[in-house]
Amino acid sequence: MLDGAGAPRLRKRVRPALPRAGPASAPAGTVDRKATARRRETAVVVPVALTACFLAVVAVLALAVGRYSVPLDHVVQILTAQIAPVPVQASATEQNVVLLVRLPRVLLALLVGGGLAIGGAALQAIFRNPLVSPEIIGVSAGASFGGALALLLGLGPFLLVGGSFACGLLALGTLFLITSGRAGTPMLKIVLGGVVTGSFFSALVALVTYIADPNTTLPAIVFWLLGSVSTATFTKVAVALIPVLGGAAVLVALRWRINVLSLGDEDAAALGVRPRPLRWVVLVSVALIVAGAVAVSGAVSWVGLVIPHLARMWVGPDHRVLLPVSFLLGGAYIVLVDTIARTATAGEIPLGVLTALIGAPVFFLLLRRNREKVWDSA
Amino acid sequence: MLELDGVGFGYSPRDWVFRGVSFRVPPGTATAVLGPNGSGKTTLVRCAAGLLDPQEGTVRLSESAGYVPQAHGSAFAYRALDMVLMGRARHVGVFRTPGSSDHEAALEAMERVGAAGLRDRRFPTLSGGEQQLILIARAIAAGSPVLVLDEPATGLDLKNQARVLTLLRELMADGMALLLSTHHPDHALHLADRVVLLGRSGVRTGSAAELLTDAQLSALYGVRVSTVAYSDDGDGFPSSTPRRTIVVHYGS
Repeated sequence: MLDGAGAPRLRKRVRPALPRAGPASAPAGTVDRKATARRRETAVVVPVALTACFLAVVAVLALAVGRYSVPLDHVVQILTAQIAPVPVQASATEQNVVLLVRLPRVLLALLVGGGLAIGGAALQAIFRNPLVSPEIIGVSAGASFGGALALLLGLGPFLLVGGSFACGLLALGTLFLITSGRAGTPMLKIVLGGVVTGSFFSALVALVTYIADPNTTLPAIVFWLLGSVSTATFTKVAVALIPVLGGAAVLVALRWRINVLSLGDEDAAALGVRPRPLRWVVLVSVALIVAGAVAVSGAVSWVGLVIPHLARMWVGPDHRVLLPVSFLLGGAYIVLVDTIARTATAGEIPLGVLTALIGAPVFFLLLRRNREKVWDSA
Repeated sequence: MLELDGVGFGYSPRDWVFRGVSFRVPPGTATAVLGPNGSGKTTLVRCAAGLLDPQEGTVRLSESAGYVPQAHGSAFAYRALDMVLMGRARHVGVFRTPGSSDHEAALEAMERVGAAGLRDRRFPTLSGGEQQLILIARAIAAGSPVLVLDEPATGLDLKNQARVLTLLRELMADGMALLLSTHHPDHALHLADRVVLLGRSGVRTGSAAELLTDAQLSALYGVRVSTVAYSDDGDGFPSSTPRRTIVVHYGS
């Protein structure tokens, strides 16, 4: 029934429409707002803490297992001894294996996996599409070309990151130009734009390998492109640390703004958020992360797609939780997969091969099982 | 207070969607924008909300308006409370997340629209009417005394249309200024103090009594429309003013 303004019951709650924090004496029957706000804050902390614990357990396990097995309590002792004066019963060999051989590899795997996963989650938010990942939109191919070019020219590790970053950003910019037109559906434009960008930069990578000297630079480029963290050193960890952690820190700092941006440009603008500059900050951060990861590990695929998906199924789409959880879960995933890669067979299975072999079928299952619950795409 | 003065908008030079639109929306009143499909209703409300810059004229707004877009899906299944919280974006720093005062404002806005019980539901699982209430709550949570709504009742069944109209009347009674575009002249009759008619022959603005007539509406939509009076004493509440609604002559 359509009530007029004069109907008395409409007046029952006349009060200022501006929803400032109300007086403590809330009317009976309303929810306890303070308690609800507190509950929302714990809802952010608990999954992040749980994932961090999971990552710690996986990392300690990864330091323990391998061809030279180190007991778990020795691993914990060796690690604790680095920060606190505790007696260490582990042998010198065990200490060398854990600290010099396995620790850089675990740290590198953590950075690569965490970076690619949080980058994927952020890209999915700003493209408003849960099927976007650094590989699908061609950023990884761009970064690969930049890295291959740096190796071809014999530039150092920092220019390797710089080249990967510049070309990753170039690929992103190209995609953005392709998708920014009015015509066509966003989904189609992203997929087609990614195919165009990716194949263009893949062709450039092929060109680089073609002109590389088969005796000197070609093996280095090919080995690097295969995707692996087996050559991890603390120098490589340092090279990846700044772009990956820097980019991830920016994304985590913007986590709630990314929620608003994921509503679409018009909604974001109506809510007082300028979408274009914010999107560029997110894109540059992702390019930085992907460049850092690709520079030290080559092309490790599927992490940026599968891990955010898995995380979203668990904690929902709120990026306040999703971004940190994606980073920690992605780190744990690559540490785990890399441990399998070096222990499952006598030789090493390339990491990139293994992530694709696991990622593709897992993603297929995720899509089939849980389409409606976590995202609602037209 | 929202005021448009000589506003004109065109997507290309000399191809105006509308020109010379001037009206004021004082607090506690509603202005309805009516017109056939493609007449530029959405464009006009977007200009008023500050989402589009008009080529000529000025839009004066005491504060930024709360904007309620046409109901749409969301790419991600946020909880209803998180959707409403995003209305607080203006009040939350770039690198910050909403604090307890923002949560309280969001919850109060949800209570205001009568949707507090939906706070933990996922937005895409809500009915069209519930989604509209959440989007209105989001605009209220922004804290602006001006609300701009793009076809707030489109796509809703009759009961949900009534729910939204009742809410809008309550917001007017609270002193908010409303600008809404609508495909329903009967909603304009029910709500609006002033109307803007975007017709093929130009723009007309005036009081509801002056412009919501059989002749004006028939000319606007190109179909015969009559306004008829009806009484509303069956529900036990005294009705102080006679109501009017519209009848469309569909032909045989």
